[in-house]
Amino acid sequence: MDAILLIDFGSTYTKLTAVDIENEEILATAKDLTTVNTDIMIGFNKAYEKLMKNIGERKVNFVKKLACSSAAGGLKMVAIGLVPELTAEAAKRAALGAGARILGVYSYELNKHEIEEIKSKKPDIILLAGGTDGGNKDCIIHNAKLLAEHIKDVPIVVAGNKNANDEIEEIFNNAGLFYKITENVMPKLNTINVEPAREVIRSIFMQKIVEAKGMKNAENFINGILMPTPAAVLKAAKILADGSDKEEGIGELIIVDIGGATTDVHSIAKGDPSKPGVTLRGLQEPYAKRTVEGDLGMRVSAVSLFEAAGTRRIKKFAPNTPYDVEERCKFLQQNVNIIPQTEEEYEFDEALGMVATEIAMERHVGTVESVYTPMGIIYSQVGKDLLNVKYLIGTGGVLVHSRNPEKILKAGLFSMESPNYLKPTNPVILVDKTYILSAMGLLAEEYPDMAVRIMKKYIVRA
Amino acid sequence: MQNGKTVVIGVIGADCHAVGNKIIEHALKEEGFNVVNIGVLSPQEDFINAAIETNADAILVSSLYGHGEIDCRGFREKCNEAGLKDIILYVGGNLVVGKQDWKEVEKRFLDMGFNRAYPPGTDIKLSIKDLKKDLGLEE
Ligand code: B12
Repeated sequence: MDAILLIDFGSTYTKLTAVDIENEEILATAKDLTTVNTDIMIGFNKAYEKLMKNIGERKVNFVKKLACSSAAGGLKMVAIGLVPELTAEAAKRAALGAGARILGVYSYELNKHEIEEIKSKKPDIILLAGGTDGGNKDCIIHNAKLLAEHIKDVPIVVAGNKNANDEIEEIFNNAGLFYKITENVMPKLNTINVEPAREVIRSIFMQKIVEAKGMKNAENFINGILMPTPAAVLKAAKILADGSDKEEGIGELIIVDIGGATTDVHSIAKGDPSKPGVTLRGLQEPYAKRTVEGDLGMRVSAVSLFEAAGTRRIKKFAPNTPYDVEERCKFLQQNVNIIPQTEEEYEFDEALGMVATEIAMERHVGTVESVYTPMGIIYSQVGKDLLNVKYLIGTGGVLVHSRNPEKILKAGLFSMESPNYLKPTNPVILVDKTYILSAMGLLAEEYPDMAVRIMKKYIVRA
Repeated sequence: MQNGKTVVIGVIGADCHAVGNKIIEHALKEEGFNVVNIGVLSPQEDFINAAIETNADAILVSSLYGHGEIDCRGFREKCNEAGLKDIILYVGGNLVVGKQDWKEVEKRFLDMGFNRAYPPGTDIKLSIKDLKKDLGLEE
């Protein structure tokens, strides 16, 4: 039987998914610990053996083997722009959408101290933006000069004012840097253009980063590590919402991924105001938007989650918990491998998941503010209006293995307690039960129609 | 026929009067300006950030609803902070409530650091003439 092997070299686990391409079914999945520090193929081979065992008697012929990766710290990036709310924010969004982990966002003209800081953070790629097309070019040129002088070995993606490109090209060529120039992330004020930068980041990831992270030998066996894992999830989300050439999509959706260290939210939605008389302000939002909350997690980030939420907010979801909330969060952070056993432990973990979902959604969605006038109230919106999004999908270990994913996800819905957050009001709640989203993002690279059909089949009501 | 100059326009504060703003955008474009319109309900910071990114030569602030004085306070100082030292600032619309002596109103806005202030009912064409003069495009 012909099949495709999809591989996710995760930060902890290497996860394999085998897809039967004739029947469009998931044949089997398997995982083992990622072994990037020794040889990435050791963990892979262990997982592969398990996978073959799970497939059993049937003979499979893998016609394609595609991978994504967040091993060895994932794709680490620094974003640089001019004004914090404008090109620096646009650059940050482009990097997040490319699946990066953001180590820092810098704005205005960099100083030596900041350059040293960037250097010490050891990013895999630096994204350099600044100025609209035809706008300010002094800042980006100043920053290009400083980078050329002080940072020699980090690939740079230039996505700023096009009028500065010739000069930057000269500066970087003279310094012998590896760089790529692409379209401006903010060509006009408040207009965002993140796709070209995302594509260039991805190509550098494939070309340089995979090798730098000691994963080149994996490419002898597989057809390529195509993208960072979060980019694969975003890709899956986008094609599930929009559909492919032959297969219709399911429409606008949000994906929540609660992890031990971070909570990610992806939305595929226009986000225009859904009510009349609302004025949209500020930087345009990407249609496919990803946010990552580094302080909201169930284990590694349990203490920062506590700091963000506080006892009362966590207790709102577990009013009768016997634990002291702060103590329990400290304990979980120190014992990251804890799996809940008792009823109380389950309840506490669920409450953490709900708070993480609630806060991560608040930070992802747009907000509306009312302006009172004698004529009545007028509204001004910043960010995406997601009130009418059709689907809310849960993925990631915490939700997939939870007894009650629907309850956790519902914490992310619109609430009259804080009505200015434009969170979905009444979406259908689905769960990525077989944990296939990143695999489907990879499959979509080669077989988009099939990826949509399989997701429709396997991503089910909670 | 672009004249090479960039102008940021918008309506300041909690003011939602949108019609004049569109007319100003149109009139400036006809005269060859690159217009960056940040629209209604715009705080001072949005004007300034827009001017920085687009390397603007001038900012035209509109205020129609009568709270112009409060909304415009400190605008020039913020521009200076942001490095927009010599940017040209105009303000116009219905700057204050009720019938007040225009000379006095004008003086208050000029003291705030605006290069020019315009009374209600000003023909925008005349202001654009001033702007061209101030930017060295015309005598
Ligand atoms: C339509 C209107 C509304 C609509 C606005 C709809 C919209 N979204 O655009 C609604 C009903 C929402 C509204 C609400 C209010 N309005 Co009203 N509104 C008007 C009205 C009737 C017309 C405005 C208009 O569109 N004019 C046409 C355009 C082309 O002219 P313009 O806006 O003046 O702009 C031109 C010039 O002023 C100039 N200009 C403007 N800015 C600048 C800047 C520079 C640098 C330069 C050189 C020139 C310049 O060039 C523009 C183009 O020619 C005026 C009365 C009037 N006839 O002007 C009142 C008026 C502006 N509103 C007024 C008021 C008080 C209000 C409210 C506070 C409540 C109320 N009593 O109605 C609220 C405020 C809401 C808010 N938060 O902003 C007052 C303001 C009083 C004052 N400043 O002393 C006015 C003058 C009516 C009045 N005589 O009382 N309003």
